[in-house]
Amino acid sequence: MTNDLAIDVRGMTKRFGDLTAVNQIDLQVHTGEICGFLGPNGSGKTTFIRMLCGLLRPDGGSGTCLGLDVIHESELIKRQVGYMTQRFSFYEDLSIAENLDFVARLYSMKNRREAVSQSLERLGLAKRRNQLAGELSGGWKQRLALAACMIHQPRLLLLDEPTAGVDPKARREFWEEIHRLADEGLTFLIATHYMDEAERCHRLAFILYGDLLVTGTVSEVVRQSNLTTWAVTGPDLMRLSERLLESPGVEQAVAFGSALHVSGDDQAALDQAIAPFRTAPYEWRRVEAGLEDVFIHLMEKSKGGRSS
Amino acid sequence: MKKRHEFSFKRFWAMVVKEFIQMRRDRVTFAIMVGIPLIQLILFGFAINSDPKHLPAAVLQADRGPQARTILQAIQNSSYFDFVREVHTETEAHEALARGQVQFVINIPENFSRDFLRGDRPAVLVEADATDPAATGNALSSLTNAVNGALQNDLKGPLAYLAGSDGPVDLRIHAKYNPEAITQYNIVPGLMGVVLTMTMVMITGLAITRERERGTMENLLSMPTRPFEVLLGKIIPYILVGYVQVGLILFAAQLIFNVPMIGSLPLLLVVALVFIAANLAMGITFSTVAQNQLQAVQMAFFFFLPSLLLSGFMFPFRGMPVWAQRIGEVFPLTHFLRIVRGILLKGNGLDEVVRELWQIALFATVALIIGVKRYRQTLD
Ligand SMILES: Nc1ncnc2c1ncn2[C@@H]1O[C@H](COP(=O)(O)OP(=O)(O)OP(=O)(O)O)[C@@H](O)[C@H]1O
Ligand SMILES: [Mg+2]
Repeated sequence: MTNDLAIDVRGMTKRFGDLTAVNQIDLQVHTGEICGFLGPNGSGKTTFIRMLCGLLRPDGGSGTCLGLDVIHESELIKRQVGYMTQRFSFYEDLSIAENLDFVARLYSMKNRREAVSQSLERLGLAKRRNQLAGELSGGWKQRLALAACMIHQPRLLLLDEPTAGVDPKARREFWEEIHRLADEGLTFLIATHYMDEAERCHRLAFILYGDLLVTGTVSEVVRQSNLTTWAVTGPDLMRLSERLLESPGVEQAVAFGSALHVSGDDQAALDQAIAPFRTAPYEWRRVEAGLEDVFIHLMEKSKGGRSS
Repeated sequence: MKKRHEFSFKRFWAMVVKEFIQMRRDRVTFAIMVGIPLIQLILFGFAINSDPKHLPAAVLQADRGPQARTILQAIQNSSYFDFVREVHTETEAHEALARGQVQFVINIPENFSRDFLRGDRPAVLVEADATDPAATGNALSSLTNAVNGALQNDLKGPLAYLAGSDGPVDLRIHAKYNPEAITQYNIVPGLMGVVLTMTMVMITGLAITRERERGTMENLLSMPTRPFEVLLGKIIPYILVGYVQVGLILFAAQLIFNVPMIGSLPLLLVVALVFIAANLAMGITFSTVAQNQLQAVQMAFFFFLPSLLLSGFMFPFRGMPVWAQRIGEVFPLTHFLRIVRGILLKGNGLDEVVRELWQIALFATVALIIGVKRYRQTLD
């Protein structure tokens, strides 16, 4: 069944002059799946998403999006995709309702007015419908953009950091909505820098300076990293952290509340490094490596390998 | 895939509605659009309409007979001329003109009165500094009446036959420095074309670059819009602005400057539509080439300047070298000027108008095609 894959691309490549912003990326996302797209700043997330919806012409690669050819049928893809840009790109001199109405018109929606008022209702902006979009606070702009890119009921949503600057409650509601929609069969590719959001995704894709490093569920990604993590509590953890970081085998020592998380991908070396400190008053405990530890681990490791 | 490149009226209309709202919100731009024709009218109109009187004149009087005195008296009574000095030689007279001390020299030759009484039609030579024709035109045209009228009383008896002929005096007017005088009626209708060229090209020149600079282009492109829908959607609202300007200028031409309107006004309004569209299309095309709003404005200016200079608005078209005329023929303004002056002043009809109009329409079409071709559907 070809329709099972909402996104199925191979070898996607984009160069800007000498810089290869996206390098031979293969990505498959199943229909109804929420795929988290992670990677440090400048790693090519936005560039990749833009290629999917026809905003940038790939220098290489092929594949399909919703069963349509990414290279030749972007006009048709656009009609069924909702793309939320990283930077707010609706009209600041149009009111909230006018922006939504504009989008609804562009998609030639039949029940336009209804769709707009429903969308306003859901946003909780019905009362402020006539306020100019430019006057909204950052978080509200973000929520407006999100509502606008979903108004035409797309089958695939490409969201570029949709919740940047959005408060926790709205973020939770947003994620609940996303899971509900995914249940109905919508597919999501969501670029994010928030680890808690990444953990809510069905699957993750981690991209680093153009290269796709790992894909998989959260636990798969954590397992693949081979990261061992110890949590230690006790007095003066800052000093301890400094001393640990000097020893080989310790990659990261990060404070989490009252505990220090010490991790490394070579378990033997790590155990050896912490052995001198495994005495009172310190208390050690093995914990599962967090996604953030993995994220930073992947970045650090490739920095060594990249050497450029 | 079927009909992938069709034009969607709904999407086009979405653009139009959006542009209208944005135009309504952007009060400053709208004010400028109305303000520019007003300012131009006031600036140009002031120089034109002020019918300058009491212009300084010198008299070179070689004959002091009664008829000579009558003529000078009459000239002075017309209130266009003030005799500020008397000169005694031609050289002195020319110096005064060249230095701008006087604008006219009135030259009464020797034996004027005697020749007049003989019926020899003696010459009165008036030399004018016509650097600014608008300033001297009225004064000069008042001369003939003043001179002939003054001598009516002397045309009795044997001289009576002179009253019906060319006049008893051979009035020779010698306009120096700018022999081809532009009349005031030429300017106000021409101003319509100039204002439209200046503002219409610029305003749509900003249309696409603004979307790009504000980042809204990324959004627009990610939605299923076709170039033609976007570009046309951006042109339509500004046609209305163009008509507001046309209305303002016609209103002022009629009520303030008394420009005659011999031809058909509806015809003029239809022609204006084509001309406005041509300029908007040019602007849209600049807009697809320019990287940012500043560049778009600069391009609009580079289009405006030669339009202004080579169209015949600033300088008489036939006075230009052939190569300049060839270039001038390309600009819509050149043809529009001919049409407007033709309709308003000569009462030209469809026949004469079409001969110029198709060239404007061609320009508009070519510009729009280039614009649509240049319009980039991607961000790179
Ligand atoms: N239009 C462009 N011209 C030249 N270089 C570009 C262009 N767009 C992006 N780049 C470069 O491509 C690389 C990837 O950029 P991209 O915006 O895709 O990163 P990102 O992963 O979205 O980063 P962030 O997390 O900061 O949003 C960067 O080095 C960037 O400088
Ligand atoms: Mg980005």
